[in-house]
Amino acid sequence: MENKKSFNVTFYLLIVPVLLWLVLLIVLPHIDLLVSSFKIENDNGDMVFSLDNYIAFFKHKIYWLTFVKTAAYAIGVTILAFVITFPIAFYLTKVISKKNAAFLVLLLLIPLWVGELVTVYGWMVLLGDHGIINHFLMTLGIIDKPLNMLYTNFSMIIGLLYMSMLFMVVPVMSTLESLDDSLIEAASDLGASKWAIFTRIIIPYSMPGIVSGAIIVFMLVIGDYLAPNILGGKSSLWFTEQIYNEFLSTFNWNEGAAFGFLLLMLSSGIIWLALKLSGQKLEKVGS
Amino acid sequence: MFMKKVLLGAIVVALSSSAMAKETLKIITWKGYAPKALVKQFEKETGIDVQVTYSNNEEMVAKLRATRGAGFDLAQPSQDRITAVQKKHHIYQPIDYSKVNTDQLITSMVDAVKKNTNVDGKGYGVPHVYGTTGMIVNKKNAPDAKDWSDLWNPKYKGKISYRLKRPILIATAFGMGEDPFALYGDKAAYQKLIDKVEKKLIEAKPLVKNYWTSGDTQVEIIKSGDADVISGWDAKGWSVHKINPDIDFIAPKSGALGWIDTFAIPAKAKNVEGAYKWINFIMKPKNAAMITNASNYGTASKDASNFLNEDIKADFERSFSKEDIDNIKWHPPVPDGFESIEAKALDRIKAAK
Repeated sequence: MENKKSFNVTFYLLIVPVLLWLVLLIVLPHIDLLVSSFKIENDNGDMVFSLDNYIAFFKHKIYWLTFVKTAAYAIGVTILAFVITFPIAFYLTKVISKKNAAFLVLLLLIPLWVGELVTVYGWMVLLGDHGIINHFLMTLGIIDKPLNMLYTNFSMIIGLLYMSMLFMVVPVMSTLESLDDSLIEAASDLGASKWAIFTRIIIPYSMPGIVSGAIIVFMLVIGDYLAPNILGGKSSLWFTEQIYNEFLSTFNWNEGAAFGFLLLMLSSGIIWLALKLSGQKLEKVGS
Repeated sequence: MFMKKVLLGAIVVALSSSAMAKETLKIITWKGYAPKALVKQFEKETGIDVQVTYSNNEEMVAKLRATRGAGFDLAQPSQDRITAVQKKHHIYQPIDYSKVNTDQLITSMVDAVKKNTNVDGKGYGVPHVYGTTGMIVNKKNAPDAKDWSDLWNPKYKGKISYRLKRPILIATAFGMGEDPFALYGDKAAYQKLIDKVEKKLIEAKPLVKNYWTSGDTQVEIIKSGDADVISGWDAKGWSVHKINPDIDFIAPKSGALGWIDTFAIPAKAKNVEGAYKWINFIMKPKNAAMITNASNYGTASKDASNFLNEDIKADFERSFSKEDIDNIKWHPPVPDGFESIEAKALDRIKAAK
């Protein structure tokens, strides 16, 4: 009895700060935002309940088209991140020794220590008309006019990839690590081609890692603000930028709140769809 | 257990008493408006502890709106951004002009700001610094760029940049020979004008290198040579001129846009007396001149010109002739609802191909 009681006290002592944190700093503000997303100002200046904020999103082409564009880019970047990082993850887990791999993973992590803003400015220095890459190519005589790389979709995608790629490597590596090498050997002994081994054994086995990596990358990219804003060109209106504008330029917090929830719901919807299509379960991916 | 409680109690008492002993003044302002040296001097003279938060017009309003005017004792919004927000959200309190040492300020500016920040017969702002938005031009590569209309001159294709915010809409209207400020009383006519401006800027979009987004990116794009003709702030243009004499600020022929940043006191300010002390301290000629010498912004302090560096005067005279000064278009207060007209247009321009 005594023992159980003291367990309870400690349990509550530990849970209370967590609950307070969750409720006060996350749940309550979200409820407040949700409520305000259903309110509009009528002609008398009073706040009344309405669905107009949500209807506006579907009615004005500029809003939903921006979201569709943002989502399409986010999916594209996620696929690119997979294509680029899968060989890296495979190399780190299956090809080289554990000790070397640990060192290389550390190298991969370094850009994360610097912070996104600094890396974004770093890319500006590299990609500008008078930047390092153009200067190098022109000195070598490969090109005679600077390539227009900065402030284009190209530079934006590079920036987005650079900050999110690592979140694909880590989960994929952790599933690949548990893949028994003898499976590959057995398939090879039974005469499977390299391509067959890759598509029928390695990919299906690492699917949970790929999907959880893809979810993280997709969410990071679709919710990013910096890279599209600074590296993206003059036409790169990102959906997060529109939310920012509603809050800070037009002072229409209600519309901004509605957009925020639309972003949350629509991107969750896309992930749900992707899980269905790939036949994965969220519980399995999450573990 | 008992000891712990005593200790804890002692700490709480010590912390709260030390907090009580020192009066604080919380200021939300722009970078460069509250230099460290002046903060230190003020703290020494008055014993008030000053805490400075850096911000901009949009964030200032958003922050004060979220707290309904609490959390800061002094804010520094632009004079044209006060009335609409005040009418709707009541985040400021009226200025008691008898507590402001107006003798040391330029009278015409005080009166103009009082008028432009008027809500229900009360003024809400005291002028601090002013400046203009015009153009920063690389004179070696674009010697003929003289007016806002050069921001859509095909001659400078791929070498043009501006910030896609409300000043460029206003500037474009002036560049097209219109007067947007004259339409501030007529929402429908203003909407029509903005539609026209939107069409012009979408048409001209292929000529633009990129839209700059901040004071830093503005300097970066002209300094790096990525653009030759950009919209920009006078102080920024002059600071680049010191590094590269080919680049300079110019007042566009159809009129530079003038802004005045003010002191305004939030509705729930805790240290109102301290706020007035700060205003009167910072506007002393010597102190005001110190800010201008460091940042190049013009000051509303009357006798500050006696303490200005020579090169500051030279900068101003190089960019502004007598007519240019008379032609400055000072931002009148933005009527309620106009900013959402502009924001929609800006979104459509940004999204256009």
